[in-house]
Amino acid sequence: MEKTQVAIIGAGPAGLSCAVEVLKNGGKVTLLDENDRPGGQLFKQIHKFFGSREHKAGVRGIDIGNLLLQQVEEGKARVLLGSTVYGIFNRNQVAFINRGREYCLEAEKIVIATGASENPLAFPGSTLPGVMGAGAAQTLINIQRVLPGKRFIMIGSGNVGLIVSYQLLQAGAKVLAILEAAPEIGGYAVHAAKLSRAGVPFFTGYTIKYLQGNERVEEAVAVGLDANWKYIAGTEKHFEVDTVCISVGLSPLTELCWMCGCEFAYIPALGGHVPKHDQNLETSISGIYVAGDITGIEEASSAMEEGVLVGVACSESLGLITGDEASIKKKKIWNRLEQLRSGPFGKQRHEAKVVQMGGYEGSEELQ
Amino acid sequence: MRILNHPILGKDERENPITITVDDEKIKAYEGETIASAILASGKSVFRYTRKHRQPRGVYCAIGRCTDCVMTVDGIPNVRTCVELVRDGMIIETQHGLGKWSDQ
Repeated sequence: MEKTQVAIIGAGPAGLSCAVEVLKNGGKVTLLDENDRPGGQLFKQIHKFFGSREHKAGVRGIDIGNLLLQQVEEGKARVLLGSTVYGIFNRNQVAFINRGREYCLEAEKIVIATGASENPLAFPGSTLPGVMGAGAAQTLINIQRVLPGKRFIMIGSGNVGLIVSYQLLQAGAKVLAILEAAPEIGGYAVHAAKLSRAGVPFFTGYTIKYLQGNERVEEAVAVGLDANWKYIAGTEKHFEVDTVCISVGLSPLTELCWMCGCEFAYIPALGGHVPKHDQNLETSISGIYVAGDITGIEEASSAMEEGVLVGVACSESLGLITGDEASIKKKKIWNRLEQLRSGPFGKQRHEAKVVQMGGYEGSEELQ
Repeated sequence: MRILNHPILGKDERENPITITVDDEKIKAYEGETIASAILASGKSVFRYTRKHRQPRGVYCAIGRCTDCVMTVDGIPNVRTCVELVRDGMIIETQHGLGKWSDQ
């Protein structure tokens, strides 16, 4: 059986960042990803990131992805693409399938960085061709360079809905409306403002009622909601569209953690069931770590910080760096993570993470 | 529809398209792209029909998780076209129900 020091499942922002950190400390890394190309969602993020300079603000996701990939290649990580991990056995064996063949890899540390998937929304007509996740449309336009329709409606106005709506405009599509069931727009005002300036109308307090269409979406009917989320009769609005995008949140891809027997917590603010972890992002099972959206839905910036944090923790535990070196690095990362979890949008996540970590308060305790 | 010019990604400069066959119709594709992209670019949106009610289905998640876009590819049913890459000369069929293996 092939052996490695750190096996990382998922080569997105968290997995790549973790790999880079372990490689920097002289460790041996094997990165596995079920896709044929690494980078996770980074390469569909053609917008500039927010935050401070440490969080790569002003840099586009694609450029961050290329930089991380270059570092992983220079560090000589073993990268196994097209490799679907289907199980973790005896806490140290990663079983996967590549091109129809089974393999097993023995690892001293396992990092699960599998990310998240989009939540669906069921309504009459939601199975028609032309209905897709907002992330699906984003993959198609920004990676495959194919516009899956001409006239769109977006359901949900969180940051994913807003960013993808804008990117649809950039790709040459029309966005006829953005519906938001809540009374207010969910995402950052700066994204919403860009769309308003481009003439895209927002309908807050509105949801989708049903779709019409034979072999594909032809018409969307939206309806206003009252304070109890019930339809208000007579408020229907009709839109002639061929594509409907759904952006109603994400759920962590936690299957491997469940299979390993990790302890979970149910925290709606983080996307539902999430594996519990300590301040090193080690799960209740020793030697198994988590990083990125699997630990709770956040953004690529936090996923990258978490990846580095796990990289430091694994390096320390493997004796690649000293405890002193590790604690200095960890303190800095926790400070940056806490910055990302501050402000009106981040505060709720900060509080949720404290619950998930059994009372650990992030940087404050380390100071 | 292909995005030929993009304000951030620039021009689509891919050359030398390959050919795949979808339901007896030849369509253009580019190496490195997924089957689903080539099909959507050709304007087709129904990828399969469900087993019981014969309802149409298309691309939903585009990352290989939902399996709504499965088709029969070179005689193998239930291939996730949103993650399977094109190869020159591929033969793809709209799938009905669970599909059939070509050797059955």
